[in-house]
Amino acid sequence: MFHRKRGANDFAEEIKAHLELEANALKDEGLSEEEARRKARVEFGNVTATQERFYLKGRAVWFDNLARDAQFASRQFAKHPGFACAAIAVLALGIGVSVAIFGFVDAALLQPLPYKNPNQLMSVNNNTVDSPRWPLSYPDFIDWRNLNKSFQSLDIYGSRGYLLQTPQGPEPVQAERVSASFFQTLGVQPLLGRSFFPAEDTLGGPNLVILSYGTWLRRFSAGQGILGKTVDLNNDPYTVIGVLPRTFSFAPAGNAEFWVPINKLSVHESFRNFYNFWGLGRLREGVTRQLARTEMSGIARRLERQYPTSIREKSASVVPLSKVIVGDARPILLMLMGGAALLLLTACVNVASLVLARSESRKGELAVRAALGGTPKRLMQQFVTEGLILASFANAGGIVTAAVIMRLLSRMVPKDMQFNMPFLQGVGLNLHTCGFATLVALLAALLLTVLPQTRLSLQNAREGMMDGNRSTTDRVWQRFGSDLVIAELAIAVVLLAGAGLLGQSLYRLLHVSLGFEPSHIATLDVTVPDTIYQSNRQMEGLYEEVIRPVMAVPSVESAGATSFLPVQCNCALDRIRVVGEPDRGQNVDVNERHVSAGYLPTLKAKLISGRYFTAMDTGSSPGVVVINQSLARRFFEGHDPLRERIANEELGRPSVWQIVGVIEDVHEGPLDASTGPAEYFPLSQTHDRSFTLTVRTRQDAASILPTLVSTLHHIDAQLATSDEGTLTAKIDQTQAALLHRFSAWLVGGFAFVALVLAVVGVYGIVAYSVSQRTREIGIRMAVGAQRTSVYKLVTQQAGRLTLVGLVIGLVCSPGMSLLMRSLLFGVRAWDPATLGCVAALLGLSSIAASFLPARRAASIDPISALREN
Amino acid sequence: MPTQLNPDDRIALLQGTLDLLILKTLLLAPCHGQGIARSIQRQSEEVFLVDHGSLYLALQRLEDNKWINGKWGVSENKRKARFYSLTARGREQLNAKQSEWERLTRAMGLILGANPEEV
Repeated sequence: MFHRKRGANDFAEEIKAHLELEANALKDEGLSEEEARRKARVEFGNVTATQERFYLKGRAVWFDNLARDAQFASRQFAKHPGFACAAIAVLALGIGVSVAIFGFVDAALLQPLPYKNPNQLMSVNNNTVDSPRWPLSYPDFIDWRNLNKSFQSLDIYGSRGYLLQTPQGPEPVQAERVSASFFQTLGVQPLLGRSFFPAEDTLGGPNLVILSYGTWLRRFSAGQGILGKTVDLNNDPYTVIGVLPRTFSFAPAGNAEFWVPINKLSVHESFRNFYNFWGLGRLREGVTRQLARTEMSGIARRLERQYPTSIREKSASVVPLSKVIVGDARPILLMLMGGAALLLLTACVNVASLVLARSESRKGELAVRAALGGTPKRLMQQFVTEGLILASFANAGGIVTAAVIMRLLSRMVPKDMQFNMPFLQGVGLNLHTCGFATLVALLAALLLTVLPQTRLSLQNAREGMMDGNRSTTDRVWQRFGSDLVIAELAIAVVLLAGAGLLGQSLYRLLHVSLGFEPSHIATLDVTVPDTIYQSNRQMEGLYEEVIRPVMAVPSVESAGATSFLPVQCNCALDRIRVVGEPDRGQNVDVNERHVSAGYLPTLKAKLISGRYFTAMDTGSSPGVVVINQSLARRFFEGHDPLRERIANEELGRPSVWQIVGVIEDVHEGPLDASTGPAEYFPLSQTHDRSFTLTVRTRQDAASILPTLVSTLHHIDAQLATSDEGTLTAKIDQTQAALLHRFSAWLVGGFAFVALVLAVVGVYGIVAYSVSQRTREIGIRMAVGAQRTSVYKLVTQQAGRLTLVGLVIGLVCSPGMSLLMRSLLFGVRAWDPATLGCVAALLGLSSIAASFLPARRAASIDPISALREN
Repeated sequence: MPTQLNPDDRIALLQGTLDLLILKTLLLAPCHGQGIARSIQRQSEEVFLVDHGSLYLALQRLEDNKWINGKWGVSENKRKARFYSLTARGREQLNAKQSEWERLTRAMGLILGANPEEV
């Protein structure tokens, strides 16, 4: 029942009435007025105790005390706003950063993938000596699917570009080809329509397409009548049968707009040694990953014996899909989490030292409260309340900070990469992050509560010791405070060292020797629809037709075309052997590039021997190839490669190529990968229907891009152009560059905050110690100590702290570096130069931090210092 | 003037019996706290010592339970007093508690009144 009954005043009134009635009755019995009053009071007993019992009855005492404590605490904070604001701000910052990072970790690593029973989903592929995860060929897939017993269902997927016919002309679009049960395997239901039926991926099946939600929205204005309509992909009509839900994403497919069943194979896709598809399987109930791996490896080996290919020791790789999807982000996130934890710790340490300093000045208040009957429990309650109030303000501030940081960080990830990080959608304020924030805040509150308690118990201990032996506790507190500052300094060292290493990695990464000149190059992707330039001869003509008008543009120096730009990926890998030599079984992945005659000169790649391609290398002349130095060294050590021929299976056909030139290595793969062997075939002999135009200009490369697009459309309106940009921008946007830049900036930010916190901490402890030693310093000066020696005295203390902090930090920093070793490039985890710089920076800052208190100490007036106390 | 017993001869009320005595007192007529205390003392021939503080807390407890109802009024000698009256629920409680008490005293009497030989 919540209708509150009577107030205490009403009850007091009743007792008063009772006393009067009783006195009256006693008077009637013959007592005097005064006697009657006295007796009534005596008979009643303890009036105050009764009233107190009434007051306490039926009300939660703890709540009552809490309210009083809260009132008292807020008055305290209002009286010392500097302390409260500093504590709340520092804690909020720490909580905010750690919660924001946790938000990412949670979304990427802890929350399950948005599919049905995601733990059963496995990425199922080949495993070879050279690559632990190597795609499947179509015939492999068919056999694997039919022979295995481990998987409920096994599917494949592979990306492919199509030309979509739009009212504005053809447009290159990204599509994902999947086997029919792909969506059932993931457990995803389309928003509209249906997914593929089992038989729809048999070869020669119907042209069907499922749209991504975004495609449906952007290209078809989310029209309900879309089902049954057709879209034109590569000049074939595809019937729309479904639309995927808005929340659906499949990171390996990137931003695929269209999903089509794999029921048409190109010539080479039907070969067993053309590895073009990635496998995806759902484990049967009760089958472990290990069991599945063993079974699939057995199948792989049996097939290998039956249909020998050039791959040795083939087995199967079965890894959880979640690993494949989170992949690269994992080390970065773990590193960030480590940094955030350190930062939070530093923030707590600083707040703790603030609280300690405060509790020092509240000794008097506590003594009075204890003397007036405050039990230790009751005094502790006061601190708990204060800690909780601070922590809850900090929690609110921290959640706001976290929301801001999460938004900023999400924005830092470029659009192109967001498709590969579907978990970014899940980042934000939710039950997990808010819960985590509250947990952290509670821990902080605990810290804020426990620390003053240790002070209290120290004081109790002091009472047992000699009266007035003040210096003992002071020394204990000083030592404790010093330990806190040493911890802060060590944390700052670790973070600064990490930031330094990452900064150096970034610098080295961006200054890696590329083997060509990336500046002043404009690039543009060109795709040629099947309907035009149908013969190889026509294609050869087109390459010429494209280059000629581009060269005529005034500021253009040279132009060429390639199948892949440099510094993008170690992809389009080829396996080769030397003609006239037995297959040495060297499973060397060779980057295969198809380039026009003008391409290598346009890049300014350096020719070592032989020649570049010329107009004489055509589809009807013998096959020629230019190789890079790494390949020459690998295969032709000690003899002239220009006399040799290499053989491969080009588009599934055995082909032989005469080496005509050797160039210095052009950095084909990602910035942080080393350059391996590479081979360059003439476009005019491979007849690629899509290529990237590269144009070296004398002026700003970006300014020429619109001219390039219009020039191409002038040649043929059906030519599809896309992805225009400068080569330097494209290199800057690669995952490796972004990853390193991102982590360097983040850890740098962390380190900066940690440095500031540590310096503030040093200042705090030294200033406190100076204030405690005023008397001592006064005496020293009175007996003739010079100001310089006082300076020395104070800075020495800071120096000692810094030294210890530095040593501990330096010892710990390799641990941090180990955590982020996959992000280091070209520097060792134990880099003396970096660590030296960190030591110097921290030493100087902490000496600077101790300068203010030192000056105050030196300006102490001995007489007034001695008069105090 | 009734003879007052020496305070040492009085018996402190057993735990829980005060409620029963209050309810029983109020069965006759509404009364204020001081009247209830006097009435209990008088009816027990001054054996029971009613602690006034406990009485008022007990009254409050019974009121919270809605067994009795408290209202400010004016006493017979024109003084302000809080009068309590029995509610329907209080009447039920009284019956229940009274029969419980009677069974208890009967059982106690059986044991205490038995001859030593019969035990």
